Amino acid sequence: MSIDSAPKQSWWNRIANPGQFVAWTTPLLWPLTILTAVLFALGLWFAFFNSPTETPNVGSTLRIMYVHVPNAWLSQFVYGVMAVSALGTLVWRHPMADVSMKAAAPLGALFTALALFTGALWGRPTWGTFWEWDGRMTSTLVLLFIYLGIIALWRAFDDQLRAARVIAVFTLVGAINIPIIKFSVDWWSTLHQPASVFRPDGPRMPGSILMPLFLMFFAFTFLFLVLHLKAMHTEVKRRRVMTLQRKAAQAVRA
Amino acid sequence: MSGFAAIIQRELRLSLRGGGDILTLVLFFVIVGAIVPFAVGPDRTLLATIAPGIIWISAFLAMLLGLDRLFRPDHEDGSLILLRQADLPLSAVVAAKLIAHWLVSAVPLIVASPVLAVLLAMELDTFWRTLLSLLLGTPALAAFGAIGAAVTVAIRRGGLIAPILIAPLSVPVLIFGVGSITSPQSSAALLFLAALSLMAVALAPFAAALAISSAED
Repeated sequence: MSIDSAPKQSWWNRIANPGQFVAWTTPLLWPLTILTAVLFALGLWFAFFNSPTETPNVGSTLRIMYVHVPNAWLSQFVYGVMAVSALGTLVWRHPMADVSMKAAAPLGALFTALALFTGALWGRPTWGTFWEWDGRMTSTLVLLFIYLGIIALWRAFDDQLRAARVIAVFTLVGAINIPIIKFSVDWWSTLHQPASVFRPDGPRMPGSILMPLFLMFFAFTFLFLVLHLKAMHTEVKRRRVMTLQRKAAQAVRA
Repeated sequence: MSGFAAIIQRELRLSLRGGGDILTLVLFFVIVGAIVPFAVGPDRTLLATIAPGIIWISAFLAMLLGLDRLFRPDHEDGSLILLRQADLPLSAVVAAKLIAHWLVSAVPLIVASPVLAVLLAMELDTFWRTLLSLLLGTPALAAFGAIGAAVTVAIRRGGLIAPILIAPLSVPVLIFGVGSITSPQSSAALLFLAALSLMAVALAPFAAALAISSAED
């Protein structure tokens, strides 16, 4: 992957150089971190002090939603980021796409696990059970397994460049399969006759609920962006260390 | 004879003369199914209720066992490099291997399934439906298995990771496979199962070939 030194280079090609990428994106880190912190502070304040505690069906447990829904959204969004990065790896062989893919996998697994965990905490007081084999939960659990499998794959390969292309193929196979899993599991759990009616149907939430939900949604999304960027920088440095170690070993041998 | 047929023939020969591999798989399949009554008790009605699920689980596990033979020996002795330079595209090579893999690791299980049906107190009518669902569903299991085997071909302990990758992908196959036997909408499930198999078999050779060439470069 050498970058031809033509005078007119697009930014796209220039950030293919990991050093350039880190140099360009480092100034973004602090502003993004501060924005995330502000969003969390506002969102949490609204959630704790300015959101209804007496809601029909679920009472004050509704406020678990403010951490549950953003995590559930991220569990799928992060897979989308991985799938797009996988295309970048296979189609353009863009080195930063490899790094983005690798950095996103543990974050996706974490958000998916948090979505399941907060859902269990919410389910216990409202449905009377931590776990139900309902379509949404089951497909989220399978998604967690896919994330964990991808992380295991990354750890099994010695050569990270080779790993990236192979894992990109698997990520895209998963991307095709996840909608099928989702729909088959929905179909399956209708056979199991879920014991209770899920989700109090409230498309028209009052603003006092929408406001904290909206803020927390963006807070968590920006949290992912910050962590993803930081993890990418770390991965670039890790690869540089590996290269230096290899060079040092060759120098000793020479 | 075309290269495609030659590869199928080669794979079949290797399996048939490789010293009882097929018999071992069948034995494993029967033993997994036969162990369940020891775990859940010998109640005939209970066994008959869960028999389709047991047979599907046993088939799923037995088909995972044979996967390590799909690409790894050829990767280790360098045959895969030669196959990649053949006139036949690598995806066609994978497709031929997939057909052979299904013939030696799924068909024997289907032939042996009456043994489990008897042990698990299955009704004859249920048994016929189980047979049909295995015939229609195992190609999809083999296809997802081939993707898992291809992705892990260059990893030394790949045999350990492949099942973890394949299991989540195979969830729909198990759902529709068992659903086509037990659910009230069994014929719809059977159609979905056939659709899954067709899609997986059509897609897998290309995905697996891409993974293999990426892993070897």
